[in-house]
Formats: sequence, structure tokens, C-alpha cells
Amino acid sequence: MKDGDVKGTIQATPTQEMIYEVRVHQAMTKQVITVAPEDTMEDVGRVLEENRHTGMPVVKWQKMVGIVSVRDLMRCYREGRSLQPVEQWMSRDVATLYADEPLVHAVQKFERRGFGRFPVIDRKTRTLVGILTKVDIIRCLLQHLEIDYHDLEKRQYVPRKWFLELDSDRTTLSLWFHVDGANFEKAGEVSSKLKRNLQTLGLPPDAIRRIAIACFEAEVNLVIYTNGGELAAHVEPGRVTVNVVDHGPGIPDVERAMQPGYSTAPDWVRELGFGAGMGLPNIKNCSNEMKLESKVGEGTNLQFSVLT
Amino acid sequence: MKLREIIETLQATVVVNGHDQEMEVKRGCGSDLMSDVLHRLKPNALLLTGLTTPQSVYTAEMADLSVVCYVRGKTPDAEAVRLAEERGLVLLCTTLPLFESCGRLYAKGLRGDSEI
Repeated sequence: MKDGDVKGTIQATPTQEMIYEVRVHQAMTKQVITVAPEDTMEDVGRVLEENRHTGMPVVKWQKMVGIVSVRDLMRCYREGRSLQPVEQWMSRDVATLYADEPLVHAVQKFERRGFGRFPVIDRKTRTLVGILTKVDIIRCLLQHLEIDYHDLEKRQYVPRKWFLELDSDRTTLSLWFHVDGANFEKAGEVSSKLKRNLQTLGLPPDAIRRIAIACFEAEVNLVIYTNGGELAAHVEPGRVTVNVVDHGPGIPDVERAMQPGYSTAPDWVRELGFGAGMGLPNIKNCSNEMKLESKVGEGTNLQFSVLT
Repeated sequence: MKLREIIETLQATVVVNGHDQEMEVKRGCGSDLMSDVLHRLKPNALLLTGLTTPQSVYTAEMADLSVVCYVRGKTPDAEAVRLAEERGLVLLCTTLPLFESCGRLYAKGLRGDSEI
């Protein structure tokens, strides 16, 4: 994987990611109606009816000891023993979920076990902290989907897509900037703006980085050596070409200027962190093509392109 | 190395806090010459420098570096701080000199560009 690549090749859909990321405690109902083991089955019947539930956990000292459902209640009534305590009728072998488990585990358990609800237990304290039904899962996923949908809408707005789809023999989008000479405080501002524009256009991060570094070096050169100039970036499908033009003083020996380490910069430039003789070599390094024309007394014309 | 460990190792103060301190910083470099930094340094790195001008922040922005640490007790210009805040970068300050800062981080496992 190259630097700048955002992710590997295997990508889960946002919905799959979501179901792995959401935890059981985010979906569960926290207010759990419970009964005590010594309550009677008649009590159970009443509580279930009042709350329109089909089952509930049996809890003693905050720990869950079983679960009792409408099925248990029917068995008990059939045998005419509704005054017996819950602990004689409840199921003790209870499938539970941990609060910090991913919701996807819960979905799988519902499928495998065919239960209507799972009590949720805190992994450390082993106490009952909630209950999860299929309705809870659906409600929680819908809430998350709604949030994700808004994110997705924002993320999918990639202008590059429409840019690439424009039907013409040649499409170019040009961004023009003026660079002030000798205004060192602002050296970098234009490259910064350009970089953000290229990000808005949705170009690949690695290409943006190379264009930004090359532009920054060119911009600094304009500020240090000239009395200002123009920087224009032409964005085409598959390529960005940058032209940097100034009107003086020109480079006497272009070949030497291209050598790493060669610099004519005065000390004050070095104090500002530049003039190490790496500007032009850096631009060459970052670009796929570079052309430099210069005439002393007339100015310099630099062009470089980066394939995107 | 985590940003938190870098801060601890350099006994640095946080000037601009644009990231979670659990952020992983992959590599580091130390230089006062920005072109040298731009020439080699790969993304997601820490830049140790004595250059406190806005260009230190612009360099970090262009090269996708996430953290700049000013050495020798220097503090960044107000404009550098403003730019870093706007761009969500991390700016740190340490009283240690450049050489010692690099040495301490290297000893703790942070590597340079030629190695990773």
C-alpha cells in the first residue's frame, strides 16, 4: 500500500460497519421490569399483562437467576399451580448478551436461538443492566442509519465525478492566484488555498500532496527572488498542470539552479527556513514533468504537471 | 509512537491541540530548513524545528505532517498559531535542543524517514 492510499481493497459497506460498531448497550432498553424468584406465577401473569411483555428476567440481589415467559405461565396454569413461586417454573439456562458486545453478535444470537429477548449483563459486575428485543435492534439501527445517511450524503458529494463526466473533447478547470513579492509572512497562503481547492475537487491525497509541495516551493521562490507573479493550476481529468510566471530578475544558470544544494539565497532567506538549494529539485521530485525557462532581466516561466 | 508519549518524552507543552493524544505518529525529522523537510518527509510525521514562522505550519500542511514541535524553548509566531488552529494541527514546545529532542524520541522507538 502506498502512502496516501486511504484504505485497503476490502471495504465493508457503511451499514455493515455500523452493525459492527454499534454496541449492545446502545440499543438495549435500560428500564427492565423484573420479578423476584419468590414471587408467585400469578404475580408474573399480572406484571406481564400490565406491561404487555411476553417474558422477563428473574432477579435476586441484582443478579439474574433465570427468565420467565408466557410459555412457562401457560404450563403452570394448565397444571393449576399459579400460586407457586417463580423459581419453580423459570428457565435457569438463560442466554445473555454482554453490554459491550457488538450488536452483530446479538443479531446472530437471535437467529440461532429463536428467542424473543436477551437479558444484557455487565461483563465486570455480572449484574443485569438491560434487555434487548428485536424491536430495540431495529429502532437503534434506524436511528444510526438516519445519522449515517446524512454523513453519506456529504461524503458522496464529489465534484470530481461530475467533472470527469463532462462531455467535451478537452475539459480544464483553471485556478489562478497572484503571489506578492517579498511578503514573506504570506508565503504559503496560495499553496494552502490551492491544496484545499484540490481536496474539494476530490483528487487523490498523494497527488494533492505532491502538487501542494511543488507549489509551495514555487510560491516561496516568487516571494524570495521576484517582485511577485502568477500561479495557475489547470485541472484536467488525469492531470494537474501548474504554471508559475514572474517578470524578473530571471535565473542566470538554470542548470546549476536545478542542482540540489545550489542556492544564491541571502542569509535572511535561510533564517526563514528556505534557500537550502532544494526548491527546484523538490519541484522536479514531486512532479511527473517539469519545464523551466528563464531569461535574465525578463523573468521565469515554470511549468510542472502531476498525474492524478 | 503515540502523540501522548512524544509530549511526555520531550516534556513538551501543547500550544495547539488539533488531535487526540492517542494519535499514532509514524516518523519524525528535525530541521530548520523547510525544503529539506519537504524533500524527504513522508506523511503523518513529527517535525522538530527551531523555525517559528508561519512557514513551519505551511510546510506541515503541504506535506500532511500532523505535529510540529518547536525546540530550544522557542515559541511559534501568533500567525503560525492561528494557521495551525484553523487547520487542526498540533503545535508543541520543548526547552530541549534539536539534537537531544531527536535523540530521546529515537531512543524510545520513533524512527526517521530512511528507515520506514
